[in-house]
Amino acid sequence: MQEFLATFFNIEVMRAAAPILLQGLRMTVLLVLVAVPLGFAGGVVVALLSVIRHPLVRWPLVAWVDFFRAFPPLVLLVFIYAGLPFAGIEIGAFTSVAIGFFLNTSSYYGEILRAGIESIPRGQMEAARSTGLSAVQAMIWVILPQAFRNVLPDLVSNTLEVVKLTSIASVVALPELLFQARQAQSVTYNPSPIVAAALLYFLLLWPVVRLLSRLEHKAIARH
Amino acid sequence: MSAWERFVFTFFNREVMAAYLPKIVEGFILTVELALLIVISGLVLGFLLAVVRSFGIRPLNWLIVFFVDLFRALPPLVIIVLIYFGLPSFGPAPSGFVSTWLSLTLVLAAFAEEILWGGILAVPKGQWEAARSTGLGFSATLTHVVLPQALRLSIPPLTNRTIAITKGTALGSVVAVAEVLSVASGAVAFSSNPSPLTLGAIAYLVLFLPVVVFGRWVETRFAWKR
Repeated sequence: MQEFLATFFNIEVMRAAAPILLQGLRMTVLLVLVAVPLGFAGGVVVALLSVIRHPLVRWPLVAWVDFFRAFPPLVLLVFIYAGLPFAGIEIGAFTSVAIGFFLNTSSYYGEILRAGIESIPRGQMEAARSTGLSAVQAMIWVILPQAFRNVLPDLVSNTLEVVKLTSIASVVALPELLFQARQAQSVTYNPSPIVAAALLYFLLLWPVVRLLSRLEHKAIARH
Repeated sequence: MSAWERFVFTFFNREVMAAYLPKIVEGFILTVELALLIVISGLVLGFLLAVVRSFGIRPLNWLIVFFVDLFRALPPLVIIVLIYFGLPSFGPAPSGFVSTWLSLTLVLAAFAEEILWGGILAVPKGQWEAARSTGLGFSATLTHVVLPQALRLSIPPLTNRTIAITKGTALGSVVAVAEVLSVASGAVAFSSNPSPLTLGAIAYLVLFLPVVVFGRWVETRFAWKR
Protein backbone atom coordinates (compact mmCIF):
# COMPACT_ATOMS: atom_id res chain seq x y z
CA MET A 1 0.00 0.00 0.00
CA GLN A 2 2.79 2.34 1.02
CA GLU A 3 4.55 1.57 -2.23
CA PHE A 4 1.34 2.08 -4.21
CA LEU A 5 0.84 5.52 -2.68
CA ALA A 6 4.48 6.46 -3.24
CA THR A 7 4.10 5.48 -6.89
CA PHE A 8 0.77 6.99 -7.86
CA PHE A 9 0.05 9.59 -5.19
CA ASN A 10 3.50 10.86 -4.42
CA ILE A 11 2.76 14.19 -2.73
CA GLU A 12 6.28 15.52 -3.17
CA VAL A 13 6.29 14.80 -6.90
CA MET A 14 2.83 16.28 -7.26
CA ARG A 15 3.86 19.43 -5.42
CA ALA A 16 6.95 19.80 -7.58
CA ALA A 17 4.88 19.31 -10.73
CA ALA A 18 2.07 21.64 -9.64
CA PRO A 19 3.35 24.83 -11.33
CA ILE A 20 3.74 23.27 -14.77
CA LEU A 21 0.47 21.37 -14.40
CA LEU A 22 -1.28 24.66 -13.70
CA GLN A 23 0.37 26.15 -16.76
CA GLY A 24 -0.99 23.20 -18.73
CA LEU A 25 -4.42 23.72 -17.24
CA ARG A 26 -4.33 27.34 -18.36
CA MET A 27 -3.56 26.22 -21.91
CA THR A 28 -6.38 23.65 -21.77
CA VAL A 29 -8.82 26.35 -20.67
CA LEU A 30 -7.60 28.63 -23.46
CA LEU A 31 -8.12 25.81 -25.98
CA VAL A 32 -11.65 25.25 -24.71
CA LEU A 33 -12.38 28.98 -24.93
CA VAL A 34 -11.28 28.96 -28.57
CA ALA A 35 -12.67 25.58 -29.68
CA VAL A 36 -16.14 25.69 -28.15
CA PRO A 37 -17.32 29.10 -29.45
CA LEU A 38 -15.77 28.46 -32.87
CA GLY A 39 -17.30 25.00 -33.17
CA PHE A 40 -20.65 26.19 -31.87
CA ALA A 41 -20.80 29.10 -34.31
CA GLY A 42 -19.90 26.73 -37.14
CA GLY A 43 -22.58 24.35 -35.92
CA VAL A 44 -25.24 27.07 -36.00
CA VAL A 45 -24.29 27.82 -39.61
CA VAL A 46 -24.45 24.11 -40.52
CA ALA A 47 -27.85 23.75 -38.84
CA LEU A 48 -29.28 26.84 -40.53
CA LEU A 49 -28.02 25.66 -43.92
CA SER A 50 -29.64 22.28 -43.34
CA VAL A 51 -33.03 23.99 -43.24
CA ILE A 52 -32.61 24.64 -46.96
CA ARG A 53 -34.06 21.60 -48.69
CA HIS A 54 -32.51 22.27 -52.09
CA PRO A 55 -30.49 19.20 -53.16
CA LEU A 56 -27.54 21.37 -54.21
CA VAL A 57 -27.25 22.59 -50.61
CA ARG A 58 -28.46 19.50 -48.83
CA TRP A 59 -26.21 16.78 -50.20
CA PRO A 60 -22.89 18.63 -50.04
CA LEU A 61 -23.78 19.58 -46.48
CA VAL A 62 -24.60 15.99 -45.47
CA ALA A 63 -21.37 14.84 -47.11
CA TRP A 64 -19.36 17.53 -45.30
CA VAL A 65 -20.89 16.70 -41.91
CA ASP A 66 -20.55 12.94 -42.28
CA PHE A 67 -17.00 13.31 -43.58
CA PHE A 68 -15.86 15.13 -40.46
CA ARG A 69 -17.87 12.91 -38.16
CA ALA A 70 -16.29 9.81 -39.70
CA PHE A 71 -12.76 11.17 -39.35
CA PRO A 72 -11.17 10.46 -35.97
CA PRO A 73 -10.27 13.90 -34.59
CA LEU A 74 -6.69 12.84 -33.88
CA VAL A 75 -6.21 11.75 -37.51
CA LEU A 76 -7.55 15.09 -38.68
CA LEU A 77 -5.25 16.94 -36.30
CA VAL A 78 -2.15 14.99 -37.35
CA PHE A 79 -3.06 15.47 -40.99
CA ILE A 80 -3.28 19.23 -40.54
CA TYR A 81 -0.23 19.50 -38.33
CA ALA A 82 2.10 17.10 -40.14
CA GLY A 83 0.65 17.16 -43.65
CA LEU A 84 0.03 20.80 -44.47
CA PRO A 85 3.67 21.92 -44.06
CA PHE A 86 4.43 19.73 -47.09
CA ALA A 87 2.11 22.00 -49.08
CA GLY A 88 4.12 24.95 -47.88
CA ILE A 89 1.52 25.96 -45.33
CA GLU A 90 3.32 26.43 -42.04
CA ILE A 91 0.91 26.77 -39.16
CA GLY A 92 1.77 26.18 -35.56
CA ALA A 93 0.35 23.59 -33.19
CA PHE A 94 -2.25 25.95 -31.78
CA THR A 95 -3.69 26.94 -35.17
CA SER A 96 -3.70 23.29 -36.25
CA VAL A 97 -5.68 22.36 -33.18
CA ALA A 98 -8.07 25.28 -33.70
CA ILE A 99 -8.74 24.30 -37.33
CA GLY A 100 -9.06 20.58 -36.60
CA PHE A 101 -11.41 21.19 -33.70
CA PHE A 102 -13.46 23.64 -35.73
CA LEU A 103 -14.00 21.13 -38.54
CA ASN A 104 -14.81 18.29 -36.17
CA THR A 105 -16.93 19.98 -33.51
CA SER A 106 -18.91 22.22 -35.87
CA SER A 107 -20.17 19.06 -37.59
CA TYR A 108 -21.27 17.56 -34.29
CA TYR A 109 -22.87 20.76 -33.01
CA GLY A 110 -24.49 21.17 -36.43
CA GLU A 111 -26.09 17.73 -36.31
CA ILE A 112 -27.42 18.34 -32.81
CA LEU A 113 -28.85 21.75 -33.66
CA ARG A 114 -30.38 20.42 -36.88
CA ALA A 115 -32.21 17.78 -34.84
CA GLY A 116 -33.33 20.56 -32.50
CA ILE A 117 -34.71 22.69 -35.32
CA GLU A 118 -36.45 19.66 -36.83
CA SER A 119 -38.09 18.90 -33.48
CA ILE A 120 -40.08 22.15 -33.71
CA PRO A 121 -43.44 21.63 -35.43
CA ARG A 122 -43.89 23.42 -38.76
CA GLY A 123 -46.92 25.22 -37.37
CA GLN A 124 -44.60 27.33 -35.21
CA MET A 125 -42.91 28.80 -38.25
CA GLU A 126 -46.23 29.35 -40.00
CA ALA A 127 -47.76 30.99 -36.93
CA ALA A 128 -44.72 33.22 -36.47
CA ARG A 129 -44.79 34.25 -40.13
CA SER A 130 -48.49 34.99 -39.96
CA THR A 131 -47.89 37.49 -37.14
CA GLY A 132 -45.74 39.44 -39.60
CA LEU A 133 -42.27 38.24 -38.61
CA SER A 134 -39.87 37.64 -41.49
CA ALA A 135 -38.44 34.13 -41.97
CA VAL A 136 -35.14 35.22 -40.40
CA GLN A 137 -36.85 36.86 -37.44
CA ALA A 138 -39.05 33.82 -36.91
CA MET A 139 -35.94 31.63 -36.94
CA ILE A 140 -34.09 33.78 -34.42
CA TRP A 141 -36.91 34.59 -32.03
CA VAL A 142 -39.24 31.61 -32.28
CA ILE A 143 -37.58 28.48 -33.66
CA LEU A 144 -33.99 28.64 -32.39
CA PRO A 145 -34.77 29.33 -28.71
CA GLN A 146 -37.05 26.30 -28.57
CA ALA A 147 -34.63 24.22 -30.58
CA PHE A 148 -31.79 25.05 -28.17
CA ARG A 149 -33.91 24.06 -25.20
CA ASN A 150 -34.96 20.76 -26.74
CA VAL A 151 -31.39 19.64 -27.39
CA LEU A 152 -29.75 21.22 -24.35
CA PRO A 153 -28.59 17.89 -22.88
CA ASP A 154 -26.94 16.96 -26.19
CA LEU A 155 -25.28 20.37 -26.44
CA VAL A 156 -23.87 20.09 -22.92
CA SER A 157 -22.78 16.52 -23.60
CA ASN A 158 -21.00 17.52 -26.79
CA THR A 159 -19.29 20.42 -25.04
CA LEU A 160 -18.05 18.01 -22.38
CA GLU A 161 -16.64 15.82 -25.14
CA VAL A 162 -14.88 18.83 -26.70
CA VAL A 163 -13.27 19.72 -23.38
CA LYS A 164 -12.04 16.14 -22.96
CA LEU A 165 -10.88 16.07 -26.56
CA THR A 166 -8.48 18.98 -25.99
CA SER A 167 -6.16 16.36 -24.46
CA ILE A 168 -5.27 15.16 -27.97
CA ALA A 169 -3.50 18.48 -28.53
CA SER A 170 -0.69 16.92 -26.46
CA VAL A 171 0.11 14.76 -29.51
CA VAL A 172 1.18 17.83 -31.50
CA ALA A 173 3.23 19.07 -28.54
CA LEU A 174 0.87 21.82 -27.48
CA PRO A 175 1.66 22.27 -23.78
CA GLU A 176 -1.80 21.61 -22.37
CA LEU A 177 -2.58 19.68 -19.20
CA LEU A 178 -1.86 16.14 -20.41
CA PHE A 179 1.31 17.20 -22.26
CA GLN A 180 2.70 18.92 -19.17
CA ALA A 181 1.82 15.91 -17.03
CA ARG A 182 3.73 13.64 -19.41
CA GLN A 183 6.71 16.00 -19.30
CA ALA A 184 6.70 15.99 -15.51
CA GLN A 185 6.36 12.21 -15.47
CA SER A 186 9.30 11.68 -17.78
CA VAL A 187 11.48 13.98 -15.67
CA THR A 188 10.54 12.45 -12.31
CA TYR A 189 10.15 8.82 -13.46
CA ASN A 190 6.95 8.79 -11.45
CA PRO A 191 3.37 8.66 -12.78
CA SER A 192 1.97 10.89 -10.01
CA PRO A 193 1.79 13.97 -12.29
CA ILE A 194 -0.47 12.04 -14.69
CA VAL A 195 -2.62 10.97 -11.76
CA ALA A 196 -2.75 14.61 -10.66
CA ALA A 197 -3.80 15.68 -14.16
CA ALA A 198 -6.51 12.99 -14.20
CA LEU A 199 -7.72 14.24 -10.81
CA LEU A 200 -7.86 17.80 -12.16
CA TYR A 201 -9.90 16.70 -15.17
CA PHE A 202 -12.21 14.72 -12.92
CA LEU A 203 -12.72 17.49 -10.38
CA LEU A 204 -13.46 20.04 -13.12
CA LEU A 205 -15.72 17.84 -15.23
CA TRP A 206 -17.50 15.79 -12.60
CA PRO A 207 -20.10 18.50 -11.86
CA VAL A 208 -20.85 18.66 -15.58
CA VAL A 209 -21.31 14.89 -15.73
CA ARG A 210 -23.70 15.04 -12.74
CA LEU A 211 -25.68 17.86 -14.34
CA LEU A 212 -25.81 15.91 -17.57
CA SER A 213 -27.14 12.77 -15.89
CA ARG A 214 -29.97 14.80 -14.42
CA LEU A 215 -30.75 16.60 -17.68
CA GLU A 216 -30.77 13.31 -19.59
CA HIS A 217 -33.05 11.54 -17.13
CA LYS A 218 -35.39 14.50 -17.16
CA ALA A 219 -35.45 14.47 -20.97
CA ILE A 220 -36.34 10.78 -20.98
CA ALA A 221 -39.04 11.25 -18.34
CA ARG A 222 -40.68 13.85 -20.59
CA HIS A 223 -41.12 11.26 -23.32
CA MET B 1 5.57 21.32 -62.68
CA SER B 2 2.27 23.08 -62.32
CA ALA B 3 0.79 23.74 -58.92
CA TRP B 4 -1.73 20.96 -59.41
CA GLU B 5 0.94 18.46 -60.37
CA ARG B 6 2.97 19.46 -57.36
CA PHE B 7 -0.06 19.00 -55.14
CA VAL B 8 -0.70 15.52 -56.53
CA PHE B 9 2.97 14.64 -56.30
CA THR B 10 3.00 15.71 -52.65
CA PHE B 11 -0.25 14.34 -51.29
CA PHE B 12 -1.13 11.57 -53.75
CA ASN B 13 2.30 10.29 -54.66
CA ARG B 14 1.57 6.97 -56.29
CA GLU B 15 4.99 5.44 -55.72
CA VAL B 16 5.04 6.29 -52.05
CA MET B 17 1.47 5.09 -51.65
CA ALA B 18 2.21 1.80 -53.37
CA ALA B 19 5.25 1.28 -51.18
CA TYR B 20 3.35 1.76 -47.94
CA LEU B 21 -0.01 0.29 -48.90
CA PRO B 22 0.72 -3.17 -47.41
CA LYS B 23 1.72 -1.63 -44.08
CA ILE B 24 -1.36 0.58 -44.01
CA VAL B 25 -3.52 -2.45 -44.73
CA GLU B 26 -1.89 -4.25 -41.79
CA GLY B 27 -2.62 -1.22 -39.63
CA PHE B 28 -6.17 -1.19 -40.94
CA ILE B 29 -6.71 -4.80 -39.90
CA LEU B 30 -5.31 -4.09 -36.44
CA THR B 31 -7.61 -1.07 -36.13
CA VAL B 32 -10.63 -3.19 -37.05
CA GLU B 33 -9.65 -5.90 -34.54
CA LEU B 34 -9.13 -3.36 -31.79
CA ALA B 35 -12.41 -1.61 -32.60
CA LEU B 36 -14.41 -4.87 -32.59
CA LEU B 37 -12.90 -5.97 -29.29
CA ILE B 38 -13.74 -2.61 -27.71
CA VAL B 39 -17.31 -2.64 -29.00
CA ILE B 40 -17.98 -6.17 -27.75
CA SER B 41 -16.39 -5.91 -24.32
CA GLY B 42 -17.58 -2.35 -23.72
CA LEU B 43 -21.20 -3.05 -24.60
CA VAL B 44 -21.30 -6.33 -22.64
CA LEU B 45 -19.80 -4.71 -19.54
CA GLY B 46 -22.11 -1.70 -19.81
CA PHE B 47 -25.14 -3.96 -20.25
CA LEU B 48 -24.20 -6.06 -17.21
CA LEU B 49 -23.72 -2.94 -15.09
CA ALA B 50 -27.14 -1.58 -16.11
CA VAL B 51 -28.80 -4.90 -15.24
CA VAL B 52 -27.04 -5.05 -11.88
CA ARG B 53 -28.09 -1.47 -11.20
CA SER B 54 -31.75 -2.28 -11.81
CA PHE B 55 -31.69 -4.65 -8.82
CA GLY B 56 -31.36 -1.55 -6.66
CA ILE B 57 -28.69 -2.71 -4.22
CA ARG B 58 -27.61 0.60 -2.70
CA PRO B 59 -23.85 0.24 -2.06
CA LEU B 60 -23.42 -1.52 -5.39
CA ASN B 61 -25.29 1.24 -7.21
CA TRP B 62 -23.10 3.92 -5.65
CA LEU B 63 -20.07 2.08 -6.98
CA ILE B 64 -21.61 1.83 -10.44
CA VAL B 65 -22.53 5.53 -10.48
CA PHE B 66 -18.99 6.42 -9.41
CA PHE B 67 -17.53 4.19 -12.12
CA VAL B 68 -19.77 5.75 -14.75
CA ASP B 69 -19.07 9.31 -13.63
CA LEU B 70 -15.33 8.69 -13.49
CA PHE B 71 -15.08 7.33 -17.01
CA ARG B 72 -17.41 9.92 -18.45
CA ALA B 73 -15.36 12.74 -16.94
CA LEU B 74 -11.85 11.54 -17.84
CA PRO B 75 -10.51 12.09 -21.37
CA PRO B 76 -9.85 8.67 -22.99
CA LEU B 77 -6.29 9.66 -23.89
CA VAL B 78 -5.54 10.47 -20.25
CA ILE B 79 -6.74 7.00 -19.22
CA ILE B 80 -4.66 5.34 -21.95
CA VAL B 81 -1.55 7.28 -20.97
CA LEU B 82 -2.12 6.58 -17.28
CA ILE B 83 -2.43 2.83 -17.86
CA TYR B 84 0.41 2.58 -20.36
CA PHE B 85 2.98 4.83 -18.69
CA GLY B 86 1.73 4.60 -15.12
CA LEU B 87 1.11 0.92 -14.41
CA PRO B 88 4.59 -0.37 -15.31
CA SER B 89 6.19 1.61 -12.49
CA PHE B 90 4.11 -0.39 -10.05
CA GLY B 91 2.94 -3.68 -11.45
CA PRO B 92 2.43 -5.33 -14.84
CA ALA B 93 3.40 -3.50 -18.03
CA PRO B 94 0.43 -3.77 -20.40
CA SER B 95 1.14 -3.40 -24.11
CA GLY B 96 -0.16 -0.39 -26.01
CA PHE B 97 -2.84 -2.58 -27.53
CA VAL B 98 -4.06 -3.79 -24.15
CA SER B 99 -3.91 -0.28 -22.67
CA THR B 100 -5.99 1.16 -25.48
CA TRP B 101 -8.44 -1.73 -25.44
CA LEU B 102 -8.89 -1.58 -21.67
CA SER B 103 -9.27 2.21 -21.56
CA LEU B 104 -11.81 2.48 -24.34
CA THR B 105 -13.70 -0.56 -23.03
CA LEU B 106 -14.10 1.14 -19.66
CA VAL B 107 -15.19 4.41 -21.32
CA LEU B 108 -17.70 2.68 -23.59
CA ALA B 109 -19.03 0.58 -20.70
CA ALA B 110 -19.62 3.75 -18.66
CA PHE B 111 -21.53 5.47 -21.46
CA ALA B 112 -23.45 2.31 -22.39
CA GLU B 113 -24.51 1.75 -18.77
CA GLU B 114 -25.77 5.31 -18.52
CA ILE B 115 -27.72 5.10 -21.78
CA LEU B 116 -29.24 1.68 -20.99
CA TRP B 117 -30.10 2.77 -17.47
CA GLY B 118 -31.85 5.80 -18.95
CA GLY B 119 -33.76 3.40 -21.21
CA ILE B 120 -34.77 1.21 -18.26
CA LEU B 121 -35.97 4.27 -16.33
CA ALA B 122 -37.97 5.39 -19.35
CA VAL B 123 -40.12 2.27 -19.28
CA PRO B 124 -43.25 3.36 -17.38
CA LYS B 125 -43.75 1.97 -13.88
CA GLY B 126 -47.12 0.56 -14.96
CA GLN B 127 -45.28 -1.90 -17.21
CA TRP B 128 -43.45 -3.33 -14.19
CA GLU B 129 -46.63 -3.54 -12.16
CA ALA B 130 -48.65 -5.09 -14.96
CA ALA B 131 -45.96 -7.69 -15.66
CA ARG B 132 -45.56 -8.54 -11.98
CA SER B 133 -49.34 -8.86 -11.56
CA THR B 134 -49.46 -11.49 -14.28
CA GLY B 135 -47.22 -13.60 -12.08
CA LEU B 136 -43.83 -12.87 -13.65
CA GLY B 137 -40.95 -12.64 -11.18
CA PHE B 138 -38.58 -9.66 -10.98
CA SER B 139 -35.97 -11.20 -13.28
CA ALA B 140 -38.54 -12.40 -15.78
CA THR B 141 -40.14 -8.95 -15.87
CA LEU B 142 -36.76 -7.37 -16.41
CA THR B 143 -35.67 -9.71 -19.21
CA HIS B 144 -38.97 -10.18 -21.02
CA VAL B 145 -40.80 -6.90 -20.53
CA VAL B 146 -38.53 -4.04 -19.50
CA LEU B 147 -35.19 -4.73 -21.19
CA PRO B 148 -36.59 -5.24 -24.71
CA GLN B 149 -38.29 -1.84 -24.55
CA ALA B 150 -35.29 -0.21 -22.87
CA LEU B 151 -32.98 -1.61 -25.54
CA ARG B 152 -35.11 -0.25 -28.34
CA LEU B 153 -35.06 3.21 -26.78
CA SER B 154 -31.32 3.01 -26.25
CA ILE B 155 -30.26 1.87 -29.68
CA PRO B 156 -29.90 5.26 -31.45
CA PRO B 157 -27.84 7.01 -28.74
CA LEU B 158 -25.91 3.82 -28.10
CA THR B 159 -24.99 3.46 -31.77
CA ASN B 160 -23.74 7.02 -32.00
CA ARG B 161 -21.76 6.79 -28.78
CA THR B 162 -20.22 3.49 -29.81
CA ILE B 163 -19.10 4.97 -33.12
CA ALA B 164 -17.60 8.01 -31.41
CA ILE B 165 -15.65 5.90 -28.93
CA THR B 166 -14.47 3.41 -31.54
CA LYS B 167 -12.87 6.28 -33.44
CA GLY B 168 -10.67 6.59 -30.36
CA THR B 169 -8.65 3.60 -31.60
CA ALA B 170 -6.52 6.27 -33.32
CA LEU B 171 -5.42 7.28 -29.81
CA GLY B 172 -3.51 4.01 -29.71
CA SER B 173 -0.89 5.65 -31.92
CA VAL B 174 0.24 7.58 -28.83
CA VAL B 175 1.17 4.36 -27.05
CA ALA B 176 2.82 2.64 -30.01
CA VAL B 177 -0.06 0.50 -31.25
CA ALA B 178 0.69 -0.17 -34.91
CA GLU B 179 -2.76 0.93 -36.08
CA VAL B 180 -3.39 3.05 -39.18
CA LEU B 181 -2.43 6.47 -37.83
CA SER B 182 0.76 5.26 -36.22
CA VAL B 183 1.86 3.34 -39.33
CA ALA B 184 1.03 6.33 -41.54
CA SER B 185 2.89 8.83 -39.33
CA GLY B 186 5.93 6.59 -39.27
CA ALA B 187 5.84 6.26 -43.05
CA VAL B 188 5.63 10.05 -43.48
CA ALA B 189 8.75 10.53 -41.38
CA PHE B 190 10.51 7.80 -43.33
CA SER B 191 9.58 8.86 -46.86
CA SER B 192 9.49 12.65 -46.27
CA ASN B 193 6.19 12.67 -48.12
CA PRO B 194 2.71 13.02 -46.63
CA SER B 195 1.03 10.58 -49.05
CA PRO B 196 0.92 7.78 -46.44
CA LEU B 197 -1.16 10.11 -44.26
CA THR B 198 -3.55 10.63 -47.18
CA LEU B 199 -3.73 6.87 -47.49
CA GLY B 200 -4.35 6.55 -43.76
CA ALA B 201 -7.09 9.16 -43.96
CA ILE B 202 -8.72 7.21 -46.78
CA ALA B 203 -8.46 4.03 -44.72
CA TYR B 204 -10.31 5.71 -41.84
CA LEU B 205 -12.99 6.97 -44.20
CA VAL B 206 -13.42 3.49 -45.68
CA LEU B 207 -13.87 2.16 -42.17
CA PHE B 208 -15.99 4.84 -40.54
CA LEU B 209 -18.01 6.52 -43.28
CA PRO B 210 -20.29 3.48 -43.72
CA VAL B 211 -20.57 3.28 -39.94
CA VAL B 212 -21.61 6.93 -39.65
CA VAL B 213 -24.15 6.53 -42.44
CA PHE B 214 -25.41 3.39 -40.68
CA GLY B 215 -25.76 5.42 -37.48
CA ARG B 216 -27.82 8.01 -39.33
CA TRP B 217 -30.07 5.24 -40.66
CA VAL B 218 -30.47 3.71 -37.20
CA GLU B 219 -31.49 7.09 -35.82
CA THR B 220 -34.40 7.41 -38.25
CA ARG B 221 -35.28 3.71 -38.18
CA PHE B 222 -35.60 3.50 -34.40
CA ALA B 223 -37.01 6.95 -33.77
CA TRP B 224 -40.25 6.89 -31.80
CA LYS B 225 -43.06 8.22 -33.89
CA ARG B 226 -44.57 11.22 -32.19
